[in-house]
Amino acid sequence: MAQAGVTEAKPAVPSMDGSVRRIRLFTALGLVFAWEIIATLGTVGVLYNDVVPHIWNIVVAIYEELISAGFYRDLGITFAEHVVGFIVGSIIAIFVGIWMGTSPLVRGALEPYLNAIGSTPKIIFLPILFLMFGTGIESKMAKGSLSAFFPVVFTTTLGMVLINPVLIRVGKTFNLNKWQMITKVYMPAMVNPVITGLRLGMAITVIGVLVAELKFADGGLGYRLGIYYEQFRIAPMYAIILIIFALAAAANVGMTRLQDRVNRHMAPTTTKGKKAAATASGGLGVVGTN
Amino acid sequence: MSKLHKMPIVVGLIGLLACALILEYSVDAGWVMQLVVPRPSDTILAFPEVQADMDLFGNFFVTLAMTAAATLLALIIGVPFGYFLYRNTRYGVAYEGWLAAAFAAPTVLLYPLFLVIFGRSHATLIAMGFIPGAIPIIIQTRQGLLGVSKTLLNVGRSFNVSERDMFWKIQLPSAVPTIFTGIRIGVMYTLVNIVAIEYLIDFGGLGRIVSEMYFRFDTPGTYASIIAVVFVSVFFYWGFGRVEKWLRPV
Repeated sequence: MAQAGVTEAKPAVPSMDGSVRRIRLFTALGLVFAWEIIATLGTVGVLYNDVVPHIWNIVVAIYEELISAGFYRDLGITFAEHVVGFIVGSIIAIFVGIWMGTSPLVRGALEPYLNAIGSTPKIIFLPILFLMFGTGIESKMAKGSLSAFFPVVFTTTLGMVLINPVLIRVGKTFNLNKWQMITKVYMPAMVNPVITGLRLGMAITVIGVLVAELKFADGGLGYRLGIYYEQFRIAPMYAIILIIFALAAAANVGMTRLQDRVNRHMAPTTTKGKKAAATASGGLGVVGTN
Repeated sequence: MSKLHKMPIVVGLIGLLACALILEYSVDAGWVMQLVVPRPSDTILAFPEVQADMDLFGNFFVTLAMTAAATLLALIIGVPFGYFLYRNTRYGVAYEGWLAAAFAAPTVLLYPLFLVIFGRSHATLIAMGFIPGAIPIIIQTRQGLLGVSKTLLNVGRSFNVSERDMFWKIQLPSAVPTIFTGIRIGVMYTLVNIVAIEYLIDFGGLGRIVSEMYFRFDTPGTYASIIAVVFVSVFFYWGFGRVEKWLRPV
């Protein structure tokens, strides 16, 4: 009976996979078809004139973007703002997270304020950053740091709180000092939640930097998007949006792979390691905002 | 000191007060430019001025109305679609990855498209709030229904409960806490996106006030309006957290 069950179950998996693939394919084709109908209606002036360009025009616009020198200048600016913002924000967040994780007093004192600001749209702080750093790339870097800070600080704190208490007791029995405890016990045990936080932080930093560029900038992909919108150049606007989505997805996939690799090489070190990863989107329950 | 250790919130408040006093003194002493960071006392005094000049409360209700409209739309579309994905397993499996990707995507950047379609109007705000609001509701509705205890379903079947009653009396009540988590996340993202777009296009409620105050170089007013947005976010976050706890008592 069990044998029969196994033999019956085997073909079910490819069948499921096949139908899932078919659904995805038909959905994608349906979307393309619907898009082209709207685009055609727009071309003949019936619906949303020129607002929805033909897919071919978007493909051409993507190609033109990719071969233009201006695009790479703007990409470089956004990349620099993102990298600096992400690194600065993450480093500060990791230290604050460790501080909060090791001291219940600090955690209790800071948590309400971090939760409050963490659930606020960070873009609202842009005027303060413009006042402090000007409207150049420095303010975008600061915005990137602000965006990266919150997911990383929440996951680092959570990672510290959820460290297996046995590991901490072992460290104490060996009379490790605070620095040794951090480097030998806490940090190796926190790699997974910290990387989860970094992955989230990276994604939110991309959005944070681009949105800041859309408001005030003289370079960057967000600036480029804003210019195309102002000039009503719709196909290049779609092209930039698609390129940004692709780059954001690639960065996310890269961080996810890094996390998977770390997971494979690290023994489970938290009492509720899975929980730490699962709640990482909200840190200590806070929604990550751009 | 040991008493303070037991009262971290008091320590936090003392710390906040100390920071405010240091800032007040630093601005007075000229160490910090008043044009960049105003005195905390000036920021507090700016609240009535912003209220009188820009109708802070009235604009709060504008943002609230936009958030409510976008959330309602997200619920009307998200819950039935989540149910559809639950009932049709293959569609659920096929779309779950896409939904997760869409949730992680920088959808806020789509606002120029909606500006082109709807113009600088409330429809753009609602559309931009709807997108990030609907996705977690769809995902969590499906997850909530998938997570209904088999025992409860078997009990329903043993009582020969109809398909309709099974949904309304067993599946939906069991899934409500998980669905509500989706609604909470959806509302927060909706609010965040709406305030962000209000700020970016200088239109609507609280986000527009922040932008306008900055353009006037009214630094205390800018800080006061930013603090107002923080309070609104905290209110939403806290309020929905309380309701979620009430729905999930264990």
